[in-house]
Amino acid sequence: MIRLFKVKEKQKEDAENNTGGTPVKKQCAGELRLHKDITELNLPEACKISFPNGQDDLMNFEVSIKPDEGYYQNGTFVFSFEVPPIYPHDAPKVKCKTKVYHPNIDLEGNVCLNVLREDWKPVLNINTIIYGLYHLFTEPNHEDPLNHDAAELLRDSPACLETNVRMALQGGYIGDEYFEPVM
Amino acid sequence: MADTAPSRSRDLDKLLLRAGNLVGPTFEPGAELRDDLQEYARILVVGAGGLGCELLKDLALSGFKNLEVIDMDRIEVSNLNRQFLFRMEDVGKPKAEVAAKRVMERVSGVNIVPHFCRIEDKDISFYNDFNIIVLGLDSIEARSYINAVACSFLEYETDDKPREETIKPMVDGGTEGFKGHARVIIPGVTPCFECTIWLFPPQVKFPLCTLAETPRTAAHCIEYAHLIKWDEVHSGKSFDPDDPEHMQWVYSEAVKRAELFGIPGVTYSLTQGVVKNIIPAIASTNAIISAACALETLKIASGCSKTLSNYLTYNGVAGLHIKVTEFVKDKDCLVCGPGVLIELDTLVTLEKFINLLEEHPKLQLAKASVTYRGKNLYMQAPPVLEEMTRSNLSLPLYDLMDKVAKDILHVTGVTGQSDKKTSCLRKLRVVFRGVDGVTDMDMAGGA
Repeated sequence: MIRLFKVKEKQKEDAENNTGGTPVKKQCAGELRLHKDITELNLPEACKISFPNGQDDLMNFEVSIKPDEGYYQNGTFVFSFEVPPIYPHDAPKVKCKTKVYHPNIDLEGNVCLNVLREDWKPVLNINTIIYGLYHLFTEPNHEDPLNHDAAELLRDSPACLETNVRMALQGGYIGDEYFEPVM
Repeated sequence: MADTAPSRSRDLDKLLLRAGNLVGPTFEPGAELRDDLQEYARILVVGAGGLGCELLKDLALSGFKNLEVIDMDRIEVSNLNRQFLFRMEDVGKPKAEVAAKRVMERVSGVNIVPHFCRIEDKDISFYNDFNIIVLGLDSIEARSYINAVACSFLEYETDDKPREETIKPMVDGGTEGFKGHARVIIPGVTPCFECTIWLFPPQVKFPLCTLAETPRTAAHCIEYAHLIKWDEVHSGKSFDPDDPEHMQWVYSEAVKRAELFGIPGVTYSLTQGVVKNIIPAIASTNAIISAACALETLKIASGCSKTLSNYLTYNGVAGLHIKVTEFVKDKDCLVCGPGVLIELDTLVTLEKFINLLEEHPKLQLAKASVTYRGKNLYMQAPPVLEEMTRSNLSLPLYDLMDKVAKDILHVTGVTGQSDKKTSCLRKLRVVFRGVDGVTDMDMAGGA
């Protein structure tokens, strides 16, 4: 397949003029696919994207969500996205940077959203994930609990959950946990 | 040659010195081929683990004399059952160095240069020095990286045929327990790793809420300790799977969790397996896959037979099953495909270039966003990035591309008629007119 005689000639040639190729930065295929995802974002009004490391680092970005309805209306919640080099084979790592009292988000910022883990498929994209996150605020569910107490409350007495959520959004204690104001 | 004692290359000579019906198109049998193979063929083995040890031994015994090996790992006790080049006293030493030394001790005349580092630490030009790259890796990431590097050397003629002297063939081996594959990748000719990356099944990932609330298996308990409990206790400190103390902590937390829910089966080795996604390695699988890879390497280098076309799977779980499948190239592959050739004046601004893409007969790409080697030159959206990149529009593309005579760039945009518009991501080969380093041949096609 390779013609060794060509190889011989090429090695001689290389030794003669020693042409060093230009040093290049590698752009991985995941970055290119992400580039496409980002230019095609079609976000709801409530969601804003930002790039803390500037225009050339798309692999790490933040999305802030300010729900316009539901228990979490008018709070602002920031999520960090870390996109792996083999995106979209693997889903981005998403964490909630804002401490929030939410049935599906724990106090460390872990998020229980199916498309981030067990249901991720390479045909999905960043837009899907952002809509999924937005949906968590408009319709939290008690079936995927990461904050056990909040999930129980949502199931048994949604009105109490709403009271707690409003309290947390304005800043205050729920049980032993303090929540910074996010409104 | 009949009067000499049986030489070490006796078996190899049967392949290299005689003509045959099944040989490759470039095969020229003879002693010169055998000698050239030894003198000129330079092979890189990526990975000095289970497959890497076998590959180095097989390639050395197949007559290759200029080998190099790269691996970032040190030898662990648990490697010794199958990574046969290593001994008890080697534990803690770099795999690449010990493997190179052991093979050189046993096979006279072979020279193996070890590189104890990450594959990303080497300059891209390092990889260009080899004729063939043989992969004995265990991750998609690493394969994808080497594939992108090897494909980055590939150049195309103006008629979109790959330039033979820029092709960097790869032979990829992989094993998981009793299963394995061997694959030949000739960039530009056969599908590259990225063409078929979608064939990989997704990794099993448990829902976080199952881990947090309703663990049912030992693996759930381990992932709870690894993914949730670790962050709760060690705020800010990231988990290092190669740190035995970290692993021990996860193990003991997983045991507590399992006791709480009455789940049996959490062990230290299962913890390692789940956290590092380890599947037990079988020595014989490595030997079989390595043999297939070494043979393909010899075939590519010498032309003594047609190569595997192009993906062999081996399954030894129940009986034995081997099958060869011919994967097909993705003609629009961003990594190995030719891309669309575009010839430009050095004065063309980025804005003008974007307009040209819309008129280009092959592309008809509207609203293009342009990225060049990790620099986003212009982004149509979202607004925050549009604003950050807008000032580039009035600059010559030639300047934005660091004044190189020709290079690859990527664009995303919208194509098609108004009733069915589709978005697409395209690779472009941009050539600037009248710049030093552009040969007549490069110039010919664009006219």
